[in-house]
Amino acid sequence: MSWLAKLEKIDRRWIFLGVALVVSAPLLLGLHSKVDITPPVKNTFEAIDRLPPGSVVMVSIDYDASTMPENQPMLLAVLRHAFQKNLKIILMGHWPLGLPVGTLGLDEVAHEMHKTYGVDYVNLGFRPGTAAVMVNLGTEIRNVFPSDYKGVPLDSLEMVKNVHNYNDIRLLVGIEAGDTYEFWIIYVQARFGLKMAMGTTAVMAPTAYKYLQSGQLVGLIGGLKGAAEYESLVNHPGIGLAGMPAQSAGHLLIILFIILGNIGYFLARRKKT
Amino acid sequence: MRKQGTFQGLRALLLFVLLAFLAPPSSAALSPPEDIKAFDSPNDAGGSATVTWKASPQDSLLLGYSVKRSAKPEGPYEEAGVVLKGQEEFQDAGLTDGQAYYYRVDARVLGDSALSAVAGPAVPSAQWFNLGRVNILAFIMLFAGIVLWYIARAKKGAKLFIRRIAGLDAVEEAVGRSTEMGRPLMFIPGLLSIDDVTTLAALTILGRVARKAAEYDTPVLVPCTDPLVMTTAQEIVKQSYSEAGRPDAYREGNISYLTYDQFGYAAGCDGIMLREKPGAVFLQGYFYAESLILAETGHSIGAIQIAGTTAVDQLPFFVTACDYTLIGEEMYAASSYLTREPIMLGTLKGEDLIKLLIALSLTVGVVLETLGKHWIQVLFQ
Amino acid sequence: MKREIPLLITFLTGLLMVVQFFVPHHPIGSIGTGVLSWYTIIAGFTLLLGIDSLVSMHLKKLQRKQSGWGYSIMLILGLLLALALGIYSEVHYGSALAFGSPFMYLYTYMVVPLQATMFSLLAFFIASAAYRAFRARTLEASLLLVAAMIVMLGRVPLGAAIWGKLPILAEWIMTVPNAAATRGILIGVSLGALAMSLRILLGIERTYLS
Repeated sequence: MSWLAKLEKIDRRWIFLGVALVVSAPLLLGLHSKVDITPPVKNTFEAIDRLPPGSVVMVSIDYDASTMPENQPMLLAVLRHAFQKNLKIILMGHWPLGLPVGTLGLDEVAHEMHKTYGVDYVNLGFRPGTAAVMVNLGTEIRNVFPSDYKGVPLDSLEMVKNVHNYNDIRLLVGIEAGDTYEFWIIYVQARFGLKMAMGTTAVMAPTAYKYLQSGQLVGLIGGLKGAAEYESLVNHPGIGLAGMPAQSAGHLLIILFIILGNIGYFLARRKKT
Repeated sequence: MRKQGTFQGLRALLLFVLLAFLAPPSSAALSPPEDIKAFDSPNDAGGSATVTWKASPQDSLLLGYSVKRSAKPEGPYEEAGVVLKGQEEFQDAGLTDGQAYYYRVDARVLGDSALSAVAGPAVPSAQWFNLGRVNILAFIMLFAGIVLWYIARAKKGAKLFIRRIAGLDAVEEAVGRSTEMGRPLMFIPGLLSIDDVTTLAALTILGRVARKAAEYDTPVLVPCTDPLVMTTAQEIVKQSYSEAGRPDAYREGNISYLTYDQFGYAAGCDGIMLREKPGAVFLQGYFYAESLILAETGHSIGAIQIAGTTAVDQLPFFVTACDYTLIGEEMYAASSYLTREPIMLGTLKGEDLIKLLIALSLTVGVVLETLGKHWIQVLFQ
Repeated sequence: MKREIPLLITFLTGLLMVVQFFVPHHPIGSIGTGVLSWYTIIAGFTLLLGIDSLVSMHLKKLQRKQSGWGYSIMLILGLLLALALGIYSEVHYGSALAFGSPFMYLYTYMVVPLQATMFSLLAFFIASAAYRAFRARTLEASLLLVAAMIVMLGRVPLGAAIWGKLPILAEWIMTVPNAAATRGILIGVSLGALAMSLRILLGIERTYLS
């Protein structure tokens, strides 16, 4: 078999090695690149940007450590933007093992931007039930979260004294790694009309687009690129932007292998005929 | 003397200008919200009243609105809640059914407020039927009616055509291949629990696969991520072996619980694949990110793979890595397709007719919307 | 009767859950939330079943010294360690998930890296799966190949550098054909689920009962 025809059957270990080298090299070399801003991310940015100071934004942590590389940069960028605009943040979540990760992010950004717990942001923590929790928050938050994640009664926290249900929340931003975002749309957006934007992993973004198109979502941050775009919009480069050269290189390598595979395929087919 | 008078005049003018800008607007200048309405919150379990209003003309200058509630129109009023400017609705919960409530919505600025007219009485009560869901009920009745009609036709002996589903036709081939190779079958029922319809569909397919495997005397390995799914799968496989006349060949240990953790489960399944080297792998159920990890490992051991999922975002991975993929509803059709029972086929036909009706209404809806007629949109709201 | 009673329970429970969706009035309207809570509690107890199955399978392996019995020891020890640390953290830190607790230490430094490693396998597997599957065998396969390349390039900064319109084209593919196909599949899946649920409610589908 000619070496060109062998292109059709490259051992997958060479592919793995190629991906490892091509993805790690830009990260080790510290390369940077600019990103163009896409409409879904721009819409998310504008939805937050347009809120008057003092508006309450609820952030839902619906991911855990396994998707932290994609989801955490989104969370940090959104929190930075919200705090820049003097918005109030309520953090909660439906993934119990994701809350520590989300809390780390919130504490990091709040400390960086000199925000005070109880005045500028509150962490409600986790309660089991997903759909039941979402529906009950629409009646009274204290029915589900009588206290914050440390057990402090909500009524003693200045920020949430007058926050009772979705009527008092202007926007929900869900940072998602599973299909919890669909629960938010079905149980909250449809029932209570709360405006929401989602930050999803790249794999889930294609299925979330239909909700964006129908207007059920006001914005969508998809994958690491979406996180990079948001970092660019808030002018605070982070892991999102740092990962773009590596992601570009990885995609290019996959395309190269596909082309090589097709060359090998056509050569082998020609040889057969 | 003239210079002093001029200076005093200028000072008075400056003071007046400063006061005009810094002093809060007086009550006479601040307009309250208009058209206040208070009524029982519709379609709920009671205990709630809804207050709506038209925003104050000076909405952009306000801090927000204070919604006040009283049992009597003359007061005294207590604050029911506060909403930010721009909002025109407030839902007051935790009320007593049957009691009348009166509301006022006051426009607020720093140190001042403009009182609105009183609205009411709003008498909270529970409704027996959620009128907002009438269209859903109508759809369910239509769907059930069509399905029952097809079932009745099937019972009378009508021939119902179902197209070929390659993935389901390949089940026998897959089982036969494993038997020839002397390798077991592996069935992965997805990540969700028994309460999910997709898992039930997967277990239905497991029943058929296990029956075939029992006939060929091929072991079936079923690693589970949920204990309820594990116990159900054990019963199903046991029953299948009994029906095939091979109850002695059933091994409970082949259907086991691994872990609830997504990637721990994927790692466990991969380990089983690499050690046991099954001849066929069935990936049926609801999957998340681990789908490609499972499918690629299955491919690497040379197994024939038949996948089926309703997780739309995982379908591309299965289509890429597996030999056959049941896309979405093809999974739900599996039991009807494999048994060819007329009653089961009847439900499939009913489903198809509804799909056709939906496609027609979509087409009509697009045409009407393009022409600026919105009534069909209202019908579906 | 062995089959009829479970079928009757299924039918009545299913009917009740459908009715509670349309009737908000107490007590019917609150049944749904209550039943969901019962399910969560029962599901918690079934975890004991799973642990029993896992431990007894590995103990049998140990007893019979079957191949890989060393890993069975690791599994049982790991289970006991996580249990012990969880209980200790709950008692001394107020919650097993409290910052700085030994359980969170185990989670942060063992579970998280393991999960991230498994997740990162996807990057390698997608490369090998794409290389193997994206062959221009037919017209449809060629269209898929071209669309995949456009989206792959358009979704990274490199695409914009190659051609300014590439990200716009990629966005169009995501928002128009992709969304349309997703919606079509979703409508089919929803109807299929509805039909399957109806079959289960009416007792036509009984395989799950065994």
